[in-house]
Amino acid sequence: MAFRRVVVTGLGAITPLGSTVPAYWEGLRTGVSGAAPITRFDASKFKTRFACEVKNYNPDDYFDRKEGRKMDLFTQFAVIASDEAIQDAGLLEGVNKDRVGVIWGSGIGGLKTFQDESFNFAKGDGTPRYNPFFIPKMIADSSSGNISIKNGFRGPNFVTTSACASSSDAIVAAYNYIRLGMADAVVTGGSEAAITEAGVGGFNALKAMSERNDDALTASRPYDKERDGFVLGEGAGALVLEAYEHAQARGAKIYAEIIGGGLSSDAYHITAPDPTGEGVVLVMQNALRDAGIKPEDVDYINTHGTSTPLGDGAEIKAIQKVFGEHAYNLNISSTKSMTGHLLGGAGGIEAVASILAIQHGVIPPTINHSTDDPELDARLNFTFNAAQTREVNVAMSNTFGFGGHNTSVVFRRFQE
Amino acid sequence: MSEIAEKVKAIIIDKLGVEASEVTPEASFTNDLGADSLDTVELIMEFEKEFNVSIPDDQAENIGTVGQAISYLEEHAK
Repeated sequence: MAFRRVVVTGLGAITPLGSTVPAYWEGLRTGVSGAAPITRFDASKFKTRFACEVKNYNPDDYFDRKEGRKMDLFTQFAVIASDEAIQDAGLLEGVNKDRVGVIWGSGIGGLKTFQDESFNFAKGDGTPRYNPFFIPKMIADSSSGNISIKNGFRGPNFVTTSACASSSDAIVAAYNYIRLGMADAVVTGGSEAAITEAGVGGFNALKAMSERNDDALTASRPYDKERDGFVLGEGAGALVLEAYEHAQARGAKIYAEIIGGGLSSDAYHITAPDPTGEGVVLVMQNALRDAGIKPEDVDYINTHGTSTPLGDGAEIKAIQKVFGEHAYNLNISSTKSMTGHLLGGAGGIEAVASILAIQHGVIPPTINHSTDDPELDARLNFTFNAAQTREVNVAMSNTFGFGGHNTSVVFRRFQE
Repeated sequence: MSEIAEKVKAIIIDKLGVEASEVTPEASFTNDLGADSLDTVELIMEFEKEFNVSIPDDQAENIGTVGQAISYLEEHAK
């Protein structure tokens, strides 16, 4: 059986750089930092007191009060971004909704909901007074559930959880379901909203986050010698993936084609990256093989690049191993330098960035670079500090998650 | 209208996102005010918290309208 071709027909994003796809792209293209002091809670006693929040967010702009109250913030972001993608794709009219699925990614789910209900219980006398919406708001799959309920999509529906690889895994799963013929279109991507006391305190305890409170704007600086950890972000990125013949039959606009997905595991440590980078080598090789392309065909890699001392170097060494001499011809950039790290939402917004790079012929930069890291090969093009113009035929998006999960997704400029 | 009735109406308006004019004594939470089973559980919990009472499940089942909630709470509120 021949696999079906799968194309991207809709995009959506709510990010620290902007709350729509055009606003997000404008931030990426111009190299804006999304970091600022935390406003979601009093962080004065925390080691890290800044993050990349979605700016000026008010749920009342998107939901009626009763509806919004029943969704954790990560689900609100999921519904907002997917609405944009669904409208962009024109997916509400003239399609068989039994054949449209939702496969979403979230690394944590409703962290704020869990935290608030637990605080509330701890403040009482031991009598349980849990809100009946506690569990349905908290569970990670309330995101994909709410998207399907709102739009009537009755196809395959679930959530993938693999920490910071979650939404890339969702995208690969969506690609697989469509190419196997189990759905004609799938709303996919991912969201996260972990800028809470528990989220910031927990990642601080892991010593994973930047503590550059005196210079928050430049704290996310992948591949810089002075990088000191990731900056927590929040938001959602959404894609509509669709069988090519289905998109063609209804005259949908096509942004790009998804041509491959690779998965692997480090099998090494629950949080530390394997310093040999073997799992990361494997995931990119798997993605290239699935896509049926050679390393030389790739123009741009949107890296995982979280700005941690260990992780950034391991990924770059792996890229050099997989791509050899061609590594010097690649554009490499980490858009996390601008958006911060959306954890389970990262693969969603970075897939959107990769597709827009193909569409516009512009590579979004790795901002905040000032000091070269002697451990990294200076002949590589990290797209430091300013966007670069380049015709992009093939873009690869890498994400890796705690647990040792690695996922690479490959998009190509669409040709008949 | 009693103080209890005012508070009950305010809770219903807040939790169910309905207009004050809809919250009549005869209005049924599920049939008229758009509540599902979870909304109803949440309403009962809010009444318990606001009026410092404990409403047993078998009695909560009999509170299906605005008027039934008000009379139950006028009788049992401390």
